[in-house]
Amino acid sequence: MLRFAVRRTVGMVSVLFAISVIVFLIFNVIPNSDPAARIAGKNANPALIARVRVDLGLDQSLPVQYLTMMKQIFTGQLTSYSSDQNVAQQIWKGLPVTLSLCIGAALLWMALAVWFGYLSAVRAGRFTDRALTILALVGISLPVFWLAAILLYYLSFKAQLFPTGSYVPLTENPVQWAYHLILPWLTLAVLYVGFYSRVLRSNMLDAMNEDYVRTARAKGITERQVRLRHVLRNSMIPVVTLFGLDFGAVVGGGAILTETVFNLNGVGLYAGQAIGKLDLPPLMAVTMFGAFFIVLFNGIVDILYAVLDPRIRLGEAAPA
Amino acid sequence: MSGQPLLEVTDLVKNFPIKSGVFIDREVARVHAVDGVSLVLHEGETLGLVGESGCGKSTLCRAILQLIRPTSGSVRFEGQELVGRSPRELRPLRRQMQMIFQDPFASLNPRKRVGQIVGDPMRLHGVADGAQLKRRVQELLDRVGLQAEHYNRYPHEFSGGQRQRIGIARALGTQPKLIIADEPVSALDVSVQAQIINLLEDLQREFGMAYLFVAHDLGVVRHVSDRVAVMYLGKIVEQADSDTLYARPRHPYTHALLSAVPIPDPRKNAARERITLEGDVPSPIDPPPGCHFHTRCASATDICRHNEPVLVTDDTGHAIACHHPL
Amino acid sequence: MSPILSVTDLRVGFATDDGVVRAVDGVSFDLNPGEVVAIVGESGCGKSVTAQTLMGLTRSPNTTISGSVVFGGRDLTQLPDNELRSLRGEHIAMIFQDPMTSLNPVYRVGDQIAEMIRAHRQVSKKDAVARAVELLRSVGIPNPERRVRDYPHEFSGGMRQRVMIAMALALEPEVLIADEPTTALDVTIQAQILGLLRTLNREKNVSVVLITHDLGVVAEIADKVVVMYAGQVVEEAPLEALFYQPRHPYTWGLLGSIPRPDEARPDRLTQIPGQPPSLLDPPTGCRFAARCEYAFDDCTRLPPLRARRGDAGHLDRCWLTTDPRAANQ
Repeated sequence: MLRFAVRRTVGMVSVLFAISVIVFLIFNVIPNSDPAARIAGKNANPALIARVRVDLGLDQSLPVQYLTMMKQIFTGQLTSYSSDQNVAQQIWKGLPVTLSLCIGAALLWMALAVWFGYLSAVRAGRFTDRALTILALVGISLPVFWLAAILLYYLSFKAQLFPTGSYVPLTENPVQWAYHLILPWLTLAVLYVGFYSRVLRSNMLDAMNEDYVRTARAKGITERQVRLRHVLRNSMIPVVTLFGLDFGAVVGGGAILTETVFNLNGVGLYAGQAIGKLDLPPLMAVTMFGAFFIVLFNGIVDILYAVLDPRIRLGEAAPA
Repeated sequence: MSGQPLLEVTDLVKNFPIKSGVFIDREVARVHAVDGVSLVLHEGETLGLVGESGCGKSTLCRAILQLIRPTSGSVRFEGQELVGRSPRELRPLRRQMQMIFQDPFASLNPRKRVGQIVGDPMRLHGVADGAQLKRRVQELLDRVGLQAEHYNRYPHEFSGGQRQRIGIARALGTQPKLIIADEPVSALDVSVQAQIINLLEDLQREFGMAYLFVAHDLGVVRHVSDRVAVMYLGKIVEQADSDTLYARPRHPYTHALLSAVPIPDPRKNAARERITLEGDVPSPIDPPPGCHFHTRCASATDICRHNEPVLVTDDTGHAIACHHPL
Repeated sequence: MSPILSVTDLRVGFATDDGVVRAVDGVSFDLNPGEVVAIVGESGCGKSVTAQTLMGLTRSPNTTISGSVVFGGRDLTQLPDNELRSLRGEHIAMIFQDPMTSLNPVYRVGDQIAEMIRAHRQVSKKDAVARAVELLRSVGIPNPERRVRDYPHEFSGGMRQRVMIAMALALEPEVLIADEPTTALDVTIQAQILGLLRTLNREKNVSVVLITHDLGVVAEIADKVVVMYAGQVVEEAPLEALFYQPRHPYTWGLLGSIPRPDEARPDRLTQIPGQPPSLLDPPTGCRFAARCEYAFDDCTRLPPLRARRGDAGHLDRCWLTTDPRAANQ
């Protein structure tokens, strides 16, 4: 276990380092990315631009700029180029929103995916299965932003059933909090429900042919117990691990489109704005934040896998 | 049989390291798959190799053919040393040594046609090419009991027994002097097994190659072999000619093994003295000290726990590694 | 003494894209109390399907089952699912070929045995696990108190099969069906398991249906032998009668093609030419005729499974009334 933890931590540090360097370099290669020029304004003369550059420390060499930025990130002093906001604070403010969105969506998508996947597998080949398969494929194919926009337009704007986006903190008003998040949750969940229910269905169909399921039936337990305790339990293992990875990715910035359409001031929206303004500091911070979450969840998923499948011991290969 | 043996294996060892570590993997243990094996095979003869799972017989086969690199020891084929040679140097020798595998479903490439599977070794070694190659392949297919038309089919279109015939045809192409058969009939039904065994014997009579025949079925091994070697946990514990080994086994393990095999003859079965070995086969990662078999041996004494017995051959050619042979 | 299990003209067909596969096409035999009946045959002959059908494990929308399996006065093929389910484990239990894959890898061994017990009896989890410890002890697993908490992959092949046997016998069923229980095991371990089965058969009076392709195993523990070929029973006889006076040419071929470890090598093994017929479209006459060197005109009609006069216990499905091999010798 110690071996595993040490290796993963070393891995995480390496990944974060590599990502930060790559983002930094890419940013400095993009045309039109000179922040000094934009901050100085449209009518700035070269002298003004030059002064702004010195102010922002952009006249230093690249490695020095990089190190300075890293230092600022870790001491929480990183400031955006375009506004004077502290990046860390902005991310901190956006975090509850993003987490509300992601956790809620995740619970919804897992519940639905397990239910639909189970039904599909148990009634494989019949009408229920075919209907759910079509639904799943539709869900996977719908672009998130399109779906969000459509839902917003018809259910919020036209039918006035739901509020038109924006966020109400949980601590302020739980009911309103949920009410405002229902459409975003649905939007984010739709893609994953489709995908996960298919994966679960496939795993379950495989598991049903396994020898230990036959043994379970031979023991005389009910068919439902066979399905839940033996088939579903074993089929869930890969699904849970997939979930860990996807959840990490979603929190780390995958909700950007949903947040933008529904105007939820989360980390994703913040990142979107930073991209639009080509504002390096927030971008760097959000990317690192996302990478951190993904690597963290990767590690959690591995631990979880070892917990769920006793044949796996951390740090060793899975049995054939 | 001429003076120089076709194949001479001396003290062959193959260990697989088990690595573990925090930052850098270090070897913490070893699987002693083959733990010092010596054997001799002459032209045209069949040496049977028996043992249970984990005894190392499959690893031994691969180590002899240099498909796995031995950890130490020597393998001489027609007097030439194989261990330590580069792949290029081994190439011309590979023509003379071929292998037949156990699993007829896994050992044939499902994406290649039969003609290609059988013909590739000949083509690669420059034995034949083009139209002549095709003719030769068809002759081989015919010889193993398949039809010339099967040339264009894919492996999945055949039964287990037929696939094994394809594997045999493939091994015969380069006219090798040595064929190592690793459990060639274990995956087959009894009646198909008989067909394949008869085929292998006919081919040996016709072409004169030597077989190293590995199997866990003692009846099959007795039938095909001139001499038999018994392996346990990476070592050869007894070796003798077939009839002697089966009639008068001298190693306790051989005796227990033979006694455990049920004979398809109820009266004989009931009349036999049966020895049942207790417990499981120890792991090759941490084999018992001294004689590897002492943990399950009824005749084990103190010396067995500390001293490893050496394989000693008496003047009748019967070799045994035991402090208290029966 | 009436049989504890009586199978009459069992037929099982699987509907596939290519047609109906007649996996079992007329199997009849009786299992008497305390008896060990071995069903022997090669792959594809239908022995495993027969075994699984006895417990109703082959029931599915694609399967047609006809004939009868009478146990305790009831025909199991006609029983509704929930009644059949309550019989399983409690009165008829089954162990399978590959102990590695036949146990659920994510549950502890004790829990899996306890699950079996609690499916049929009202006992607490704790009591069920305690019973599991005793069961493990009774099948010869050392340190059962500790091992009951282990997972299947922590046991060796032979030990796993003992666990399966312990689980199957937890509720003291009358019948145990063993589907190739030792095929995946080493020969010395096989000897242990067969010894265990024989002991359990004698001490607990469990009647056993043993499926195998190994005639050595049959000679070891069977009382009666049923030989299957291409979905049908071709010969049925008490143990010694089958080995020393076999009547069906397939049995002759089978016995002749086994290389024996206790005899010097014959020049050639008897080989049965060709392959078994397809079960999609089986021949209308005797199914073995195409490979039989003694086939004659009558063989275009399917022979019935019947006994010769004066020898009620020995049945065969062949038109021959005398042994043609005696004439050749």
